[in-house]
Amino acid sequence: MSTETNNNNTIDDVIEDQKEEDQKEETLDLDKIKLLPGSSEDGTSASFQILEEDHTLGNALRYIIMKNPEVEFCGYSIPHPSENKLNIRIQTYGNISAVEALHQGLDNLCELCCVIEDKFAEKLKEGNYSNIDP
Amino acid sequence: MSNLVGIEYNRVTNVTSTDFPGHQPGDHSWDIEKFKDSFDINITNISDGVATFDLIHIDTSIANAFRRIMIAEVPSVAAETVYVFMNTSFIQDEVLAQRIGLIPLKVDPDQLSWVDKTIDENDRYTEDNTIVLSLNVSCSKNSNSKSSNDPKEMYKNSHVYAKDLKFEPQGIQQEKFKDSPVVPTNPDILLAKLRPGQEISLRAHCILGIGSDHAKFSPVATASYRLLPVINIKEPITGELAKKFKKCFPPGVIDINSKGEAYVKDARKDTVSREVLRHSEFDGKVSLGRQRDYFIFNVESTGAMSPEEIFFKSVRVLKNKAEYLRACPINQ
Repeated sequence: MSTETNNNNTIDDVIEDQKEEDQKEETLDLDKIKLLPGSSEDGTSASFQILEEDHTLGNALRYIIMKNPEVEFCGYSIPHPSENKLNIRIQTYGNISAVEALHQGLDNLCELCCVIEDKFAEKLKEGNYSNIDP
Repeated sequence: MSNLVGIEYNRVTNVTSTDFPGHQPGDHSWDIEKFKDSFDINITNISDGVATFDLIHIDTSIANAFRRIMIAEVPSVAAETVYVFMNTSFIQDEVLAQRIGLIPLKVDPDQLSWVDKTIDENDRYTEDNTIVLSLNVSCSKNSNSKSSNDPKEMYKNSHVYAKDLKFEPQGIQQEKFKDSPVVPTNPDILLAKLRPGQEISLRAHCILGIGSDHAKFSPVATASYRLLPVINIKEPITGELAKKFKKCFPPGVIDINSKGEAYVKDARKDTVSREVLRHSEFDGKVSLGRQRDYFIFNVESTGAMSPEEIFFKSVRVLKNKAEYLRACPINQ
């Protein structure tokens, strides 16, 4: 029993710590994401280049943007393995712009993480697991 | 299309997920409420350093992101700079320094702040972002030892272990680490061997870092997932054949009921060796597969953090990435 309460405490502490961190003002990197040449004039299809990101964000973002019914195509690539660059292409059916699709995707990804976080905390509190090495 | 990856004797089928709008009948657009209802976590085991849990009804791209983040992007503390004052041992300075760097330390990464690399090197390390460990050992003859060939008895300090690294609290660290002094998580890692007259005297500065910079900063020993195996018996398998069928799988996967018929007892224990597909008598009677949206995670911590905390942090890291990118202006 005592180990369980310890677990819960540490997790609560982590959440609390990170909430404090969130409140701190972040300085934004102005070069983090840029528009690549080859976008349509109406802005419904465009490619972006994101710096210092890899397959971790690339594939997750691609998945969630493809889940958007307004998006016709979404794909990503790492143009060169030794450059920390991520190219992502979005084409929509025309009702929303590519930038809107990207932003909706990022918002959805945040929501998804919140759900996973809450679910994991809930399951940890339930404590329905063994503490012995399998 | 089902979410079952087919496993045949020489190939795998139905590997790619196709649950996107416009790809197949049904509504596959993103819906957070729907996700909330279907998504599930099942924690099977959390012990000292290892956690096993299932993420159910989630896409590979997301599960893989968490795995990658746990390995490479959750910060932890390791020795970064080693100042050697004296080293007359056989092991060279740079090799010794590398070994010290790889030792996992029991220190909560939240207690330290990031080192600002833009600051001049002399002012960069402070009590807020650096932990100092020192190692001072010298080897001498043990005059009390009887005639023995064991160096441990013949000499004092012939083996230098991770536990010989001593924490030197700086300034406010005295108070901050009062209840949890910094120690290596595994005290018995051998660092060097000495002979009488040899000595090592050094100081190591430990800082925050991430695994993508250097593997010593990775908080996990392993973080991996596998898909849940599925065994589908299409035609009853009975009698002697059932016994042979049972032997094609690891113990506990297949059992035989009172009617002498083989049934799947616990597919989770299967290693999917495909042994059963090598025997022609089972042709068409069984199909193997894996459930594409059922991830069995296994996270093994190096000891600084609990494995569940590492997973928690990986979710936060992905969320922060998305939030940060959302806030960044798009350059033309």
